[in-house]
Amino acid sequence: MDFDLTEEQSILKDSLNRLLADTYGFEQRRKHMGSPEGWSGEMWGRYGEMGLMALPFSEADGGLGGSSVETMIVMEAMGRALVLEPYFSTVVLGGSMLRFGASEDQRAEYIPQVAEGALKLALAYTERNSRYELHNVETVAQKDGDGWVLTGAKSVVLDGDSADWIFVTARSAGGTRDADGIGIFMVDAKADGLSRRGYVMQDGRRGAELRLDKVRAAAIGEPENGLPLLCRVVDAGIAALCAEAIGTMDVMRELTVDYLKTRKQFGVPIGAFQVLQHAAVDMFVATEQARSLAIYATMMADSEDAAERGRAMHAAKAEIGRAGKLVGENAIQLHGGVGMTMEYAIGHYFKRMSMIDIALGDHEHHLRTLAEKGGLVDA
Amino acid sequence: MDLRFTDEEIAFREEVRAFFRDHLPDDIREKLVDGEHIAKEDMVRWTHILNEKGWAVPHWPVEHGGTGWDPMRQYIFLEELQKTPAPSPLPFGVNMVGPVIYTFGNEAQKKQFLPRIANLDDWWCQGFSEPGAGSDLASLKTRAIRDGDHYIVNGQKTWTTLAQYADWIFCLVRTSTEGKKQEGISFLLIDMKTPGIDIRPIQTIDGGLEVNEVFLTDVRVPVENLVGEENKGWDYAKFLLGNERTNIARVGMSKQRVRRIRELAAVEMSSGRPLLEDPQFLQKLASVEIDLKALELTQLRVVSAEAKRGNTGKPDPASSVLKIKGSQIQQATTHLLMQVMGPHAMPFHVHDMEGANEPPIEPDYAGAAAPAYFNTRKVSIYGGSNEIQKNIIAKAVLGF
Ligand SMILES: Cc1cc2nc3c(=O)[nH]c(=O)nc-3n(C[C@H](O)[C@H](O)[C@H](O)COP(=O)(O)OP(=O)(O)OC[C@H]3O[C@@H](n4cnc5c(N)ncnc54)[C@H](O)[C@@H]3O)c2cc1C
Repeated sequence: MDFDLTEEQSILKDSLNRLLADTYGFEQRRKHMGSPEGWSGEMWGRYGEMGLMALPFSEADGGLGGSSVETMIVMEAMGRALVLEPYFSTVVLGGSMLRFGASEDQRAEYIPQVAEGALKLALAYTERNSRYELHNVETVAQKDGDGWVLTGAKSVVLDGDSADWIFVTARSAGGTRDADGIGIFMVDAKADGLSRRGYVMQDGRRGAELRLDKVRAAAIGEPENGLPLLCRVVDAGIAALCAEAIGTMDVMRELTVDYLKTRKQFGVPIGAFQVLQHAAVDMFVATEQARSLAIYATMMADSEDAAERGRAMHAAKAEIGRAGKLVGENAIQLHGGVGMTMEYAIGHYFKRMSMIDIALGDHEHHLRTLAEKGGLVDA
Repeated sequence: MDLRFTDEEIAFREEVRAFFRDHLPDDIREKLVDGEHIAKEDMVRWTHILNEKGWAVPHWPVEHGGTGWDPMRQYIFLEELQKTPAPSPLPFGVNMVGPVIYTFGNEAQKKQFLPRIANLDDWWCQGFSEPGAGSDLASLKTRAIRDGDHYIVNGQKTWTTLAQYADWIFCLVRTSTEGKKQEGISFLLIDMKTPGIDIRPIQTIDGGLEVNEVFLTDVRVPVENLVGEENKGWDYAKFLLGNERTNIARVGMSKQRVRRIRELAAVEMSSGRPLLEDPQFLQKLASVEIDLKALELTQLRVVSAEAKRGNTGKPDPASSVLKIKGSQIQQATTHLLMQVMGPHAMPFHVHDMEGANEPPIEPDYAGAAAPAYFNTRKVSIYGGSNEIQKNIIAKAVLGF
C-alpha cells in the first residue's frame, strides 16, 4: 500500500494551494461572490492555465491523463479556499459524463473545448419530488427524428445558470421510479424551450431551476439505459466532493485551533480549557476518519465494478456528512459569537460543509442505501 | 405523584389557547410558522394586544402589572404562546431590565420605565457583551466616569441584539478599576438618542440583521439613570442572567417546530412516498420527540419545585440543564427541518430578505430551513454558552 503522492502530484497540490492562498482570500472571494456571475472569470482562466480543466481527460482526447487522485488534489485545495468557480460541475460531473458516456464524435467536439476552459457544463438530475434518488425521473424524453425532445423541470442544478451545456436526465420509457428507461441528454443552454432561473445558494455557490418545454437534445450513451452511466458520474462526483470536504474540514479545524490559542477570556487563552481542547481533538479525529474514506472513495472512483464502487461512495459520503456536521458545528461553537457572523471566514466554511452534505445525497440517504445494499463488511 | 394538570390548570390552558387563537393577527402567526423574521411593528402590535388583556408581563409583581399566576400557570402561558406560535414578548425589557428595575431600581425609575416596557413603548436592548468580554463578562472595559450630574461613558458593546430598533440600552459599565473586577461594575440605563452613540450592524451567517456593535463616545448619562448602587451592577447582572436562563428551554417552540416538521414531511417526498411514511425518518423524529418530552417533564419538575419553594430570587442550577437540553433540541429540530427539505434547502431565497422582488423559488417554504439551522447555532452560545452552563452544573450541583 502507498498513501503518498507522486512528485508531480505534490507539485500540483503545492502550486494550486499557493495560487489560492495568494489570490483567493476572504475579501477576494467576497468580491467574486458579489459579481453578476457569482464567481471569477479571471480565476477560471488561471485554473485553465494550470491545466486543471484538461486534467482528467485522456491524452487521446486532448487531456492530461490524470487519475482520480489528481481530481482529489484539486478538489481538496478548492475546498480549502471555498472556491466558487464551476469546476466541480464542469470538469468533474460534466467531464465524467463526456469521458464515460459520450460517443467518439461527441468527445472530439466537446472535450477539447472543456479542456481549454471554453465550455462550462452542469448536471441536472434532481427534480421537485426526487429527493436524492437518481432513478426518480419525471421529465420526459420523446424521440424526434434522430434526436429527442425533452419536457419537464429540474431543480437545484448546481451551476446551472452559467453552464453552456447541461446534461439532463429524462425518461424515455417506464414509470417515475423505474431503473430502466432513463436517458441522459445534452441540452444547449440557448436551446428553444429551455428557461432557467438562476440563484445564489446558501453557501454562495450558484444554482438554477430549469423548465424544459419540448427542448431538442442529443442523447449521451444509451437513451433507454442511462442509469449506470449516471451512477458512474455521480460516484465520481461523490469522490470529488468528499475531497473538497476534507479541505474544508481541515481549514475549519486550523482556524478553530488558532482561535483557541489567541482568544483570551478569564485572563487565559480559551484553549487552556481542556474541554475546548477535547472538542478540537474531536474535530481532528472526525476529519482523519473522513479523510481515510475520502481516499477510499478516490481510489474506488476509477473502478469498473459498479456495485463495489457504489458501496464505497455511500460509505464515504455518509461519513463525510456525519464528520462534517460535527466539525462545522464545533467550529462555530468554539468561536462563540464570532462564529455567527458573515464577517469571519469560519461561518462560510460551516455553510459550505452543510451544503456538501446535501449535495449528491445527504448522510441519511447514503447510510440507508448502503444498508439496503448489504453494508460494507463481507459476511 | 401525579403528572396530570389539575382541572383548574386545564381550564386555564384552554383560556390562554383560545385567547391566542382569537387575538393573534394571522399575518404575524404566518410569519412565525414560515420561520420569517417579524418586524418591529409586528412586535409592537402584538404586545399591545397582550397588554390590553393584562398579559404582557405576567411574571411581574401584581403592583407593576403582573398577573399573580403561580409558576405552573406561568409555564403553561409561555408554552401555549410558543406553540401557537405567537411572538414571545421582547425579552430585553420584559425578562431582563424590567425585573432589575422593579427589584433594584428607585421609585422614579419604576414609574418612568415599567409601564412603557409592558406596552413596548420603549424598545430595550442589552449592552453587556464587549469584544473582549463574552463568557468572561466581568472583564468588561466600557468606562463611566462621574462628571457632576452625569456619567461620561466611553467604550464598545457588541452582539447587541436588535439595537437598531432600540430606544434604550441597559449597560454594564466600569465605574471603578479597584479591587476585584466584579466590584467595579455599575448598571446604567442609556437613552439611545443621546449624542455619541453609533450603531454598526453585524450580519449573521443566515443573512439576517439581528446583532450590532454599539459604540459609545463621550456619552453623557444623567446620574439618575444609575440602577441601585454604584459598583453593585454585577449583582444585578447575575440576577438578570438567572432570569434569562429559566425561560430558555423553549419547549413550546420546539413542539411547534416538530409539528411543522410533520406537516412538511407529509408533503415532501422520499422514495416515491411522503417522507412522513419513511421509517428511517420517523425514527429520527421519534428520537427528538423523546428528548423533547423528557425536557418538558424536567422543566415541569423545576417549575413545580419552584412553586413549592417559592421564588428565592436565586437561579436554580437545574435551569442550566434546561438551557443545555433546550438549545440542543432547538438545534436538532432545525437541522431535521432542513433535512426534510432535501436538496430544496440549498437555494438562498433572496425574496425572503426585505426589499427584494425576485419571483419565489419553489417550494417557497423551503427557503427558511437552512437559515434557521445556521441561525440556531447561536442558542448554545448566547445566554451563557453551553460550556459555561456545564461549568455551573459541575460546580453548583456536582460539587467539583
Ligand atoms: C446571536 C447572538 C445574539 C447576542 N445578543 C446579545 C445581546 O443582545 N446583548 C449582549 O450583551 N450579548 C449578546 N450576545 C453575546 C453572547 O452573550 C456572547 O456571545 C456569549 O457570552 C459568548 O461570548 P463570546 O461570543 O465572546 O465567546 P467566548 O466567551 O470567547 O467563547 C468562545 C468559546 O469558548 C468557550 N469558553 C469560554 N470560556 C470558557 C470556560 N471557562 N470554560 C469552557 N469553555 C469556555 C465558550 O463556550 C465558546 O465555546 C449575543 C450573541 C449572539 C451569538
